Parts: sequence; C-alpha cells; structure tokens
Amino acid sequence: MSKLRLTLLGACLGLAPYAAMAQGAAKLTDPQIAHIAHTAGQIDIQAAELALKQSKNKEVRAFADDMVRDHKAVNEKALALVKKLNVKPEDNDTSRSLMQQAEAKRKELSALKGAAFDKAYAQNEVAYHQQVNGALQGTLIPNASNGELKDLLSTGLKIFQGHQQHAEHLVHALPARTGALAH
Amino acid sequence: MRRPTILAAVALGMLGSPASPAGTTQSIRMMGIAFEPKQVTVHVGDTLEWANHDIVAHTATAKDKSWDVNVLAGKNGRMVMKAPGHFDYICRYHPNMTGAIIVEP
Repeated sequence: MSKLRLTLLGACLGLAPYAAMAQGAAKLTDPQIAHIAHTAGQIDIQAAELALKQSKNKEVRAFADDMVRDHKAVNEKALALVKKLNVKPEDNDTSRSLMQQAEAKRKELSALKGAAFDKAYAQNEVAYHQQVNGALQGTLIPNASNGELKDLLSTGLKIFQGHQQHAEHLVHALPARTGALAH
Repeated sequence: MRRPTILAAVALGMLGSPASPAGTTQSIRMMGIAFEPKQVTVHVGDTLEWANHDIVAHTATAKDKSWDVNVLAGKNGRMVMKAPGHFDYICRYHPNMTGAIIVEP
C-alpha cells in the first residue's frame, strides 16, 4: 500500500494527523486488515453499549441493539476466518489510531444526556459508518489478498451500508440537538 | 385475466417469479444483504417463506407497516398473505434491502 493510500485511509477514517504514517509505505497485510476491520466493529459495539446505558429512547436503544448483534456476528465470522487461515490479527497503527479516536468520541458522547445524547450518537453512527464503509470500499477490500477475507469484508460492507441508512433514518426521526450536558 | 397480467409484468421486466397457484408457498432467499427474488407475485392465501442465508438477522417489513416478519440468521420466517395489494418492503435493520410482493385476489 502506498503512503498516499495510507493517508487516504486515515482521511477516510477521520484520523487527522494520523499516527499510521509511522507505517510508512508498508503494505497492510491480511492479518492487519482483519484487525482493523475487527477493531472497527468493536468500536461500534462499545458505542452501542454506551447508548444502551445512557439512552431511554426506544428507537435509539433498538438501533444500538441491532449494532451489537450485527457487529458481533461479523466479528465472530472474522475471528473464525483468521483461525481457519491460521493467522493472528495484528495490531497496527491504523487500528490503534481508531481506538484513540473512539475513546475521544466516547468521552464527548458521555458528556451528553437525553435527547442531546441520542442525536449525537445517531449522527456519529452515520459519520462512523460512512467513514468505515469508505475505507472498506476504497482500501481494505481492494488490498485484501485472501479471497475469503475479501468476501467477508464485502459482506460486511453491505451490512454496514444498511446500518448507515438505518442511522440516517434515525437521525431524521429524532428531534434537533439541544446541547444539554450531563451534570 | 391472470395470464395477460403475468405477461404484462414480464414484458415490463417487473416480475421476479411467476404468480403461484393459490395456497402454495413461495420462497424468498435473504442472501448477500438482498431479497432474492426481489419481487414475487402470489395470491391471497399463499404463504411467503423467507430463508435467511446471511450471517445477521433480517426482517421483511412492509413499508406501510401492515406486516413484519423477523428472520434470525440461518432461520426461516413465514407469513400467509391475507390481503391483496402491492407491498414494497424492506429489512428494518438494513434498509438497503428492498423488495416487493404483489398479492393478487
């Protein structure tokens, strides 16, 4: 993978200045791609768990339940695949950057409550899926070498495109943000 | 009028599968985050059976909210069509999955 492609992936995932630059021009390997995809799923599961903890909105909670269920299903398949292929998912600069970004977003969301949290969570779900889908489509899927990994990523992309649409509907269904902060 | 209706639908490229004999079961696969066939034509009293071949749960949900079938991953869900009409439907979890059911009297 070229340095430009890594930069684009960072941009796709919203990772400004982007620590993954440390990887330089090295091509992402399948174990690294698997780890990035798995990490992206885990991040959305954790965001959903936060929503289930903080939100009382029926639609938001239903959406969060969907995210937990689907991302767990995809991640279980991913783990089964790497086991079958006898490879170990490798931590890398991109997955580490994803986790750092997710932690910052988690803190931001945790400071909100009620309708403000609901709207911010739903908006973030739109943006996050948009970013991950862009990375899957433009970088991760084209660079995956193993056919089964490529197929799983492609299936994941279709599932996550559905999540993005679902999140967009949720954003429109929720009242505008009030900016209320948690006490 | 049934044959002309079917022929017209075929001519318009609208038909996913031909109208079934009354009281039969029409199968629809949920696979690759899509309904296959995307459009089916059945009669009142026929049963629709969705078979979920995907790794995630899906629903078959009429856009007019008149019916809703949950189908877990690897499972089947069935429904008897009780009223005629044209029903556009989606998966509530993945709204990029769309299909249509035409129920003839």
